[in-house]
Amino acid sequence: MNLNIFVQHFINALSLGSLYGLVAVGYTMVYGILRLINFAHGDIFMLGAYFVYFATIVYKLPWAVGVVIAIIGTTICGLLVDRIAYKPLREAPRISALISAIGVSFFIENFAVVVFTGMPRPVVQPPILMQPIVLPGDVRLIPLGILVPIVAFVLVGCLLWLLYRTKPGLAMRAISFDIETTRMMGVSVNRIIALAFGLGSALAAVAGILWALRYPRVEPFMGMTPGIKAFIAAVFGGIGSVPGAMIGGLILGFVEIMSVAFFPTLSGYKDAFAFCLLILILLFRPTGLLGERLEDKI
Amino acid sequence: MRKFLTALMLVLMLCTVASADDVIKVGIFNCLTGQNAFGGQLELEGTMLAHTLNPTILDKKVELVIVDNKSDKVEAANAVTRLIENDKVNAIIGTYGSSLAMAGGEVAEKAGVPVIGTSCTNPLVTQDKKYYFRVCFIDPFQGAGAATYAFRNLGFKKAATLVDMANDYSVGLGKFFRDSFKKMGGEIVASLFYQSGDTDFTAQLTALIDAKPDIVFLPAYFAEGAIVLKQAKELGATFRFIGADAMDNPEIVTLGGDAVEGFMHTTFAYDPSMPEMNETAKAFTAEWNKIHPDKAPNVNCALGYDAYILLKNAIERAGSAEPKKIRDALETTKDLPTVTGMTTINATHDAEKDMGIVEIRGGKKTFVGIVVPEV
Repeated sequence: MNLNIFVQHFINALSLGSLYGLVAVGYTMVYGILRLINFAHGDIFMLGAYFVYFATIVYKLPWAVGVVIAIIGTTICGLLVDRIAYKPLREAPRISALISAIGVSFFIENFAVVVFTGMPRPVVQPPILMQPIVLPGDVRLIPLGILVPIVAFVLVGCLLWLLYRTKPGLAMRAISFDIETTRMMGVSVNRIIALAFGLGSALAAVAGILWALRYPRVEPFMGMTPGIKAFIAAVFGGIGSVPGAMIGGLILGFVEIMSVAFFPTLSGYKDAFAFCLLILILLFRPTGLLGERLEDKI
Repeated sequence: MRKFLTALMLVLMLCTVASADDVIKVGIFNCLTGQNAFGGQLELEGTMLAHTLNPTILDKKVELVIVDNKSDKVEAANAVTRLIENDKVNAIIGTYGSSLAMAGGEVAEKAGVPVIGTSCTNPLVTQDKKYYFRVCFIDPFQGAGAATYAFRNLGFKKAATLVDMANDYSVGLGKFFRDSFKKMGGEIVASLFYQSGDTDFTAQLTALIDAKPDIVFLPAYFAEGAIVLKQAKELGATFRFIGADAMDNPEIVTLGGDAVEGFMHTTFAYDPSMPEMNETAKAFTAEWNKIHPDKAPNVNCALGYDAYILLKNAIERAGSAEPKKIRDALETTKDLPTVTGMTTINATHDAEKDMGIVEIRGGKKTFVGIVVPEV
């Protein structure tokens, strides 16, 4: 492998890693606030991609309009999921909400198969984002590959600002400590939780849109693999930590790409490399890279 | 009320018993939902067209019982069990996907019901099976065909493979391609893998670019294949790609856009763009266009159709719809005219037929020729 090829691998890894990070951020935020692993996150992500498909290919709307519709539509779906499947279980043990989340995930996937059929659909890729820029040494970079990390970092920045510098953010962090006490302090807990879900779904939509642009194929099960990968990324970074999820996603992307780069004969096992790393992290740093120290709450 | 219901049940049971003799039940198990739904749906449409045109065999009405195997190995076994135990079918047609065929085949083998595979091309599907047949050729033949075309017709000396290691079909084809290409004197410069469901192939493609092959054999399903070709173009890959029959789907151009230009794949000797079609293929194409004016037939539709024709021919020669007799007749099928060429069932229950090569030119599938693989 010469330097040019290595640089190409590096660029590929950055693009893949920031996509994983972006999906993981939404995952981890909902967990951080509600202590709920939202297994339906990957499926909400899929809905976001389908909204773009319908807006741009079926109804032939301009691309930017499609993105806005997708984000709004997906957020509404996320809020509906919260209202129907999670809100009635707020007082129930956490395991019930987790099982409900798995149910929601299966429901959305199979609902999508019935409504959209299993046929993979194409997505319009704006040429301006796809025209490769040829760098010295024949290294190729598509503008989308730069856009993804930028969007990811900007969104993480906004999210951190929201969580640490605003009143609703304060309320969210309070809820993560103790719902009952927060309610007694006069915070409209349900509204804040709905806000968290709305934000999580909007993030899933953004990730779904960028994913569909990068890998232009929309199908009902497209959220499964990214969902699992994002979960790993979130655990890597310390589940509940927003910057951690982004870092976890980047590490995961690099492990996957570099394992193929250095061990091409084992390229079929790139997921195995990622999962081994997960096991190691869990063994030696159970709370992840940036995770909070576990302490017993009284 | 209960008495009435009992009476009704009895009448219904009598009806089924009475009608069992003059109805031939043909089970169809195929993937109508899930990952492989695109192929299964097309094959089902082909079989249904054959049924519409030939609704009776031996003056008995043929009834199709359709079961979805959901592209899932466990469901495939369940689907076949249901067809045999609940619906008591005389024979079964299906399926797209070798893994699914293998799961279902075990069940049919035990029950002694003949199955005709549509496009399951892995050799293991019929290996040591008395009751599994297929209307398609098998992977060694196909892998060798791609290698022969690349080496002899195109004159490429350096090849690589990119294989889905979680898929029996893809792994088998990749191996047969490599073996055959090396035997002819070519060199395999890289052998890379991915897993079903992957969407990012940039790492593998960059490694391929590094290995500098002339041609890459990509035995993928079309949905993944199209994305591989797209990413290859983005990375500036200059080598050609050749695939196998699972890439034969009109949607590949919709998904891949201009990135699939120049892509070749082996296929069965049928395509609506073929210059010289046999009589059966002409009739099939005409009937298909009558029913689906807005959709061109592809090879899966043709195989679904051929499976029914093969079954019809066997039942007629057996003079009976008894599963055992159908099986014996299927084994002796010789030079049966079908849409995908003359079909002969060989000792391993596979169809021996010509192989076609298709290339995508100007966004359209173009039939470029027939190849005789050097196995």
